Amino acid sequence: MSNELVIQLNTLLAALILLTSFALLVQRRMFAIIHIFAWQGFFLGVSTAVIGFATGEHHLYISSLLTLVMKVLLLPWILFALIHKLKIHREIESIMNTSATMLVGIALVIFSYHLTAPIRQLSTLMTRSTLAVALATVMLGLLMMVTRRHAVSQVIGFLAMENGLFFAATSATYGMPMVVELGVALDLLIAAFIFGIFFFHINTTFDSLDVDQMAKLKETE
Amino acid sequence: MTLVMLLWISVLVALILAFVGDWRFAPEINIAGSSLTFAASLMLALEVFRRGPFTAGGDFFFVDPFNVYLVVLTTLVSTTTAVFSRRYMRVERLHGKVGPWRMRFYHAMFQLFIFAMLIALLTNNLGVLWISMELATLATVLLVSLYRTPTAIEAAWKYFILCGVGIAQALFGTVLLYFAAERVLGVGSKALLWTNLSRVGAQLDPTVLSLAFVFLMVGYGTKAGLVPVHNWLPDAHSEGPTPISAVLSGLLLNVALYALVRCKTLVDASTGTRFAGNMMIGFGLLSLLVAAFSMLRQKDIKRLFAYSSIEHIGIATFAFGLGGPVAVFGGMLHMLVHSLTKSAVFFSVGHASQMHGTQEMARIRGLFRGNPTVGWGLMLGVMALSGMPPFGLFASEFLILTATMKEQPLLAAPLLIGLAVAFAALFRRVQPMVAGVVPPWQQPLRAANVPVFVHLALVVLFGLYLPDFLSRWFQMAAELLR
Repeated sequence: MSNELVIQLNTLLAALILLTSFALLVQRRMFAIIHIFAWQGFFLGVSTAVIGFATGEHHLYISSLLTLVMKVLLLPWILFALIHKLKIHREIESIMNTSATMLVGIALVIFSYHLTAPIRQLSTLMTRSTLAVALATVMLGLLMMVTRRHAVSQVIGFLAMENGLFFAATSATYGMPMVVELGVALDLLIAAFIFGIFFFHINTTFDSLDVDQMAKLKETE
Repeated sequence: MTLVMLLWISVLVALILAFVGDWRFAPEINIAGSSLTFAASLMLALEVFRRGPFTAGGDFFFVDPFNVYLVVLTTLVSTTTAVFSRRYMRVERLHGKVGPWRMRFYHAMFQLFIFAMLIALLTNNLGVLWISMELATLATVLLVSLYRTPTAIEAAWKYFILCGVGIAQALFGTVLLYFAAERVLGVGSKALLWTNLSRVGAQLDPTVLSLAFVFLMVGYGTKAGLVPVHNWLPDAHSEGPTPISAVLSGLLLNVALYALVRCKTLVDASTGTRFAGNMMIGFGLLSLLVAAFSMLRQKDIKRLFAYSSIEHIGIATFAFGLGGPVAVFGGMLHMLVHSLTKSAVFFSVGHASQMHGTQEMARIRGLFRGNPTVGWGLMLGVMALSGMPPFGLFASEFLILTATMKEQPLLAAPLLIGLAVAFAALFRRVQPMVAGVVPPWQQPLRAANVPVFVHLALVVLFGLYLPDFLSRWFQMAAELLR
């Protein structure tokens, strides 16, 4: 593959990742949210493999495999199993102000481009142009966590943020050192178990996964 | 060697307790494990004292005066907390608040949490530092919701989500740091090693490092409970079991601040400006002031002291931001004495709320007469927290204030206002709780007094006289962090 083609392909994948981020932001069906999240993981894994192929950094293949297994198979599978068990797979979340959220999202993307400009100038890597998309994915995940009131969507926002961080590491530096990447994956796995337990606790205590019901703890007096 | 032993003990004890954590002697195993870790950490400290800073495990670990004193502090407080938790959790079990499964979980996670903090302090790799910070959060999330009450679950969820968001920012900051370091040190793990980074600090690109520090500040600042990213802290620290509140307030905040200070020295070396320091000064002062005024409005006793932790971490952050040998020395002393005092106060608070069956301050009364040791423990602890002599916090706050007067006299005013308001808030609340007659709903209780008074004695000691080796260490570390 020629360099130009790799850059084109990588940019395409980055665009798809950004697209899935926006789709997550406004998707209301639990079932579809998890599907989109799995697609985002898929694009991320493919993009990592492409960069690994083009640069000859073979440890990226391991990262790519790790991403595909964790984020396309394992985590979506856990989430599907959980929402089936909790009987919320048909649930539709009500989201306020979809258009306003989208506009804020677009502003965040522009902001990300602005923020990463000095880094793109310094970098000589072929992936430098996608760093802004990576930061935007982090920001959009954050936005999703802030705007959503459902525990499952908040967790997806959290995982999407993690996708963005992983993408940032591959775009800025062709991936973090292996020990760090494995450690982060381990943390993510533990986090997955914890939010699984949480879904059950929240559901049994509050009879729903709407986190708005959790508003007992307020500043007193 | 000592170092590897130190880390293995807590993992092994965690594994054992995962199986026998509900057994009658489980609390004793917990205490024994923690004391062994403490003994190992003392040996490690001795080694640093004799040999100076060194790396171990093929550059994976790095020990210098700055982190070894925090390691000793962490293991000491975890030991005394284990002693306190023995009596405290027994009462909780009698009240039917936790069952055998949850006791196992509680004990195992307690040790795992200590392990995660020790890794965070000792690792040489800034990426591993991030991983273990996250691990420490994950280990404690389900401990905060141990009682499964609606408020506890809400607090734990907030803790999980907000700290998750925060720490993600810190990872982005670490990626940027790696990006800058890789250009100087080459690809691979070695570019994230603190020992290498501190050597080439001046060659790192200042623009990238400034940007990285913004993310690191927000990320680790969230974990340290700095305003305005502190919302999770009062909830998480007040809803969990009291031993967990004690270690969260006393230890985890220190570790987060430690991470931040390490990153700051790199940024300082690279930019050569006061950018990072000024940011820390801003966050620190804001935390001090907001926490002090929030303390005035609290009704829940544990929330009151959770805000007081934000206040004190704010002071320490401010001191490190100010820089200079005196302020850094003061900041390090402050971290030490605040940890000891705050965990002692939480021990007394735990007993006081068990005696009254509530955390509401309005219903806690007559502690002096009901149980003098608990009452005096709380009173002396509060006196120490508000910075009265002869306690150690007076010495550290005095040092920080002196340095402020010299470097940035204008900032002394908000610092003093914050301290005064916090002082007033604490005494207004504590006075009625300790004095007066015993209310009819108060239950007698066998308190664990040793941990409280060991901590307070140490705080008085550090207030009156700082052992020679300790002050030399602090000076060495202050030199390092200048």
